[in-house]
Amino acid sequence: MVMEIVCPAGTPASLRAAVKAGAHTVYCGFADETNARNFPGLNFDRDEMREGVKFAHDHGAQVLVAINTYPRAGAEAIWHRAVADAEKCGVDAVILADVGLLAYAAKHHPGLRRHLSVQAAAANADMLNFYASEFGVKRVVLPRVLSVPEIAAINAETAVETEVFVFGGLCVMAEGRCSLSSYATGLSPNMNGVCSPASHVEYHDDHGALSAKLGGFTIHKVGADEPAPYPTLCKGCFSAGDASGHLFEDPVSLNAEKLIPQLAKAGVTALKIEGRQRSRSYVAQVVRNFRAAVEAQAAGRPMPEGMLAQLTEGQAATAGAYKKIWR
Amino acid sequence: MQDHAVQLPVFPRLPAFALRGLPLTPISLALGAFARRMATRHPSMFKRLGDYSNTRFVLDPTDLPVTLLLEPRAGHPRLRLSRKPMQGDARIAGPLSGLLGMVHGAYDGDALFFSRDLVIEGDTAAVLALRNAIDDAELDLAAEAGAMSGPFAPQVKRLIGLAETKTGVALSRHEEDPLW
Repeated sequence: MVMEIVCPAGTPASLRAAVKAGAHTVYCGFADETNARNFPGLNFDRDEMREGVKFAHDHGAQVLVAINTYPRAGAEAIWHRAVADAEKCGVDAVILADVGLLAYAAKHHPGLRRHLSVQAAAANADMLNFYASEFGVKRVVLPRVLSVPEIAAINAETAVETEVFVFGGLCVMAEGRCSLSSYATGLSPNMNGVCSPASHVEYHDDHGALSAKLGGFTIHKVGADEPAPYPTLCKGCFSAGDASGHLFEDPVSLNAEKLIPQLAKAGVTALKIEGRQRSRSYVAQVVRNFRAAVEAQAAGRPMPEGMLAQLTEGQAATAGAYKKIWR
Repeated sequence: MQDHAVQLPVFPRLPAFALRGLPLTPISLALGAFARRMATRHPSMFKRLGDYSNTRFVLDPTDLPVTLLLEPRAGHPRLRLSRKPMQGDARIAGPLSGLLGMVHGAYDGDALFFSRDLVIEGDTAAVLALRNAIDDAELDLAAEAGAMSGPFAPQVKRLIGLAETKTGVALSRHEEDPLW
């Protein structure tokens, strides 16, 4: 059986590119604070969502809508409306993180399939089973901190489908709880849908030396021959005590393409590609590559040689926590 | 750190040098008309700019002796060309092939930025909004120029095709057939 690939779309053009390139499923969000990629110029209004869903369905693909930020007290109606509108647009599932919103969706939209966002940071079988029994969650997106044997152990103890990231930006924080972006900018992916918002990012080129600032803090500076620094605190370069370097996380991107057969054996249902903030060119190339990979896996052929290195953030890739050689 | 950078074609020196002698006013006027046509045909592109629809963008093709100032002006765009450095709220600089390759979906903007092929300065959020708005519009500048040329459309298309071949710059939309 071919593993499902779940592909990002920040715009209607990217959705079409993903579907044409072979996406089984596309995930996207509304153009507001209800989704964790609330970036300028990105996302879908209601008409675009309806048209995008129709396009995907006409081509045999599914659409998931991420409503995965945490509602502000007193403003829950914005999130409730997003769930209702997603259902009206005909989406195949919503991806939620907040327990209040999950309870609301389960009660008022019982026919709408619910997935648990990585923003909920559910990282063991007990948590998966809790979300399934209490809110009818059918699938959980696992955090990017688990090894393949740990994922296999989780799948052995739950009937809930699991979805894991295989490519793109690598977040190793307790997702949904990380406060680094809030500390520097007052805005977070959890509440505002923006990690290291572009409005607070500045790059300065000083005769080839490029520095990145977030909220006024210089978080990294590189020489002329190095890749541009990533503008998040977690991938910044710091000095602490006698040590200097990427203290939280190296500025590398996830590429678990070669681990697809192992992830299949571990009982994973779907493979997720990160990158709703990337272009339709990125989406088309990555999706094409991963569709070929899952087809090869299902047919028992070797994994095709990938051509994705140039698309990785920071221009370098890792298998992340899936292989515990990573620090 | 491995080097995975895309190798971008550089605009040939001779035609780039020839630009130094050309009068810029008629070219600016033609570009302005072109931008206004884009606004009529792709209103959603300007809508996507949102809070940045009045931002002044300096577009700097580093292998040409000119820079462009793009002012979207909420759907009533102005585009000016200059041989002198121009001031704006945000600046995007890189080889012409990179800038047009992004417009046509041949290259990913983030990849070009991380590989240092592209430089951005000033209002980062505005740059992001512009990049996303243009990416969603699925522009084909060659097709637009052809459509503007009336009875000369076939000749213009041939000329653009020739320029694309000779310079390696993506002047038309990059699209591949559905695979599955």
